[in-house]
Amino acid sequence: MASTARADAPSGVGARQRSSPSPLRQARRRNGERVVMALLWLCAAISVLTTAGIVFVVFADASAFFGHPAVTVREFLTGTVWQPFGNPDLDSFHVGVLPLVNGTLLVTGIAMLIAVPLGLASAMYLSDYAPARVRKVLKPVLEVLAGVPTVVLGYFALTFMTPVLRGIFGLSTVQIFNAASAGIVMGIMIVPTIASLSEDAMSAVPQSLRDGAYGLGSPKRHVVLRVVFPAALSGIVAAVILGIGRAIGETMIVAIAAGNLPQMTLNPFVQIQTMTAYIVQAVGGESPRGSLTYQSIFAVGALLFLSTFAVNVVAQRFVRRFREVY
Amino acid sequence: MAVVSTPERNARRAVSQLVAPAERTRRERVFARLLFVGTAVSVLVLAVLVVDILIDGAGRLSLDFLTSYSSRFAERTGIRAGLTGTLSLMVLVGVIGFPIGVGAAVYLEEFAPDNRFTRLIEANIANLAAVPSVVYGLLGLGIFVYVLAPLTGGRSLLTGSITLALLILPVIIVASRESLRAVPRAIRDGGLALGATPLQVAWRQLLPAALPGILTGTILSLSRAIGETAPILVAGAVGTRAADNEFWHPFEAFTALPIEIFGYVSRPQTGFKVDAASAAIIVLMVVLLLLNASAILLRNRYARRW
Repeated sequence: MASTARADAPSGVGARQRSSPSPLRQARRRNGERVVMALLWLCAAISVLTTAGIVFVVFADASAFFGHPAVTVREFLTGTVWQPFGNPDLDSFHVGVLPLVNGTLLVTGIAMLIAVPLGLASAMYLSDYAPARVRKVLKPVLEVLAGVPTVVLGYFALTFMTPVLRGIFGLSTVQIFNAASAGIVMGIMIVPTIASLSEDAMSAVPQSLRDGAYGLGSPKRHVVLRVVFPAALSGIVAAVILGIGRAIGETMIVAIAAGNLPQMTLNPFVQIQTMTAYIVQAVGGESPRGSLTYQSIFAVGALLFLSTFAVNVVAQRFVRRFREVY
Repeated sequence: MAVVSTPERNARRAVSQLVAPAERTRRERVFARLLFVGTAVSVLVLAVLVVDILIDGAGRLSLDFLTSYSSRFAERTGIRAGLTGTLSLMVLVGVIGFPIGVGAAVYLEEFAPDNRFTRLIEANIANLAAVPSVVYGLLGLGIFVYVLAPLTGGRSLLTGSITLALLILPVIIVASRESLRAVPRAIRDGGLALGATPLQVAWRQLLPAALPGILTGTILSLSRAIGETAPILVAGAVGTRAADNEFWHPFEAFTALPIEIFGYVSRPQTGFKVDAASAAIIVLMVVLLLLNASAILLRNRYARRW
């Protein structure tokens, strides 16, 4: 078996695979060893089972949700009031998911406003400006930042960032729970993701391109902004998209600091609710299994899963392109 | 930059960029400083966060805080249940995740034939890494809490451990594969040439050689697992003193440090929301720090360069 191409390693710079496959693959096995091989295969198959389990669980209860006479897909996707609680026959029962989507997009937008400029500045600084000594310190520090538990960041958003915002904009403008402080802290959380992936892309730009630009008399700023940046653009775009995916799926920061009131608003200083925060809130409410409220958790989970999946597929497409350039 | 470029426009642009050398170096310096400041902001926020939490919580830390259960009174509450829960989770997640992850890595790196199923597994692992952790919680809730309740005990420590183990499985697999890949081919050829079977080579040569890297990756992923809140919150961790678990009680209700922190932070009283929460955060961060330090130590001490 002369296999070379593997799914995760397209040919090009990005391929760090051994040039030849492991020789263990071809050798013959004893009978008893087939059992062990089967066990190893099972270990690898568990990851597929995990995905299958997620899809099954989420979509089974989500379809039960949509199967209920009080719920229509149309209202779910276009309704602007989210109140899937209590008796579905009452007037107060509404299943429009848009307020949750609105909350998620608002927080994600704020987070990206912080994360993209800071992440790109960090990437440019680390790839082309920082002296080796500084790099050696900064990269682990960014890794530490990426490893801070999100519940800790939520605490920080609520007890530090919110008072700061209230001090700046006034107690009457900024509510105790608000999208802005959650979004800002989330943005800081995403900086390491964007910075390290973009820096990989920028470091992969061949030195000859830089040398060429310098040779034509470009100052460093132009080399970085007009040669390295465009050349690394697809990798940078992939980094930003992955950052968006993380922001959409982030749970604890928003559950702690952004509030639990689904509303259609673009005001960053009032409380909102995101899809993820709704899942946490509704699970905490101990809604019995089989109830509409319980199923609504999975309907929101299905939407969340689909959106992050789509985001990830788009990002992977960009990653593949950036790997193939050189 | 998709603007139409005409000779005239190009010429005008070129002329507009002819600035005096002094001005040019000034712009260079401003730009470099801007990038530095942009990088420094996140480092600064991290520093502020650490200092803020230390100031808030250091005074509340005491032996009593570590050894007492949670209480209705903020000044008497403690994190014993959360701490034992987190330590048990760490052990159980490792016990479940490590063999499966390493098994999968050995299979994919050394034995997997190049067929469609292998490619499916590999693409799948890449995608699983991007699934939000709260969705793993839904998996735990739907399958391990309800469908497999007779096996897992419902909202139990075991359910939480399995959920977290599945969450970090892709990380363990990727780290283990990288570590196996670093073992030179000559070791494999040598083993086979001496008459060892492929599994003997994998078990006696490759795994010992790759172990430091595998362990480092596993410990780092464990530190991610015990910092996670959303998956176990959704999969049934309880936030009260009902839980006081140790890893030999896998079928009982459990709580963990992040769950207790979330519980404290959600209360209105300062005694919980700030004092108790930040003290618990300090304990959690210390546990994480110890884990990460041991991983780095392991890597520096035993990692082999081929």
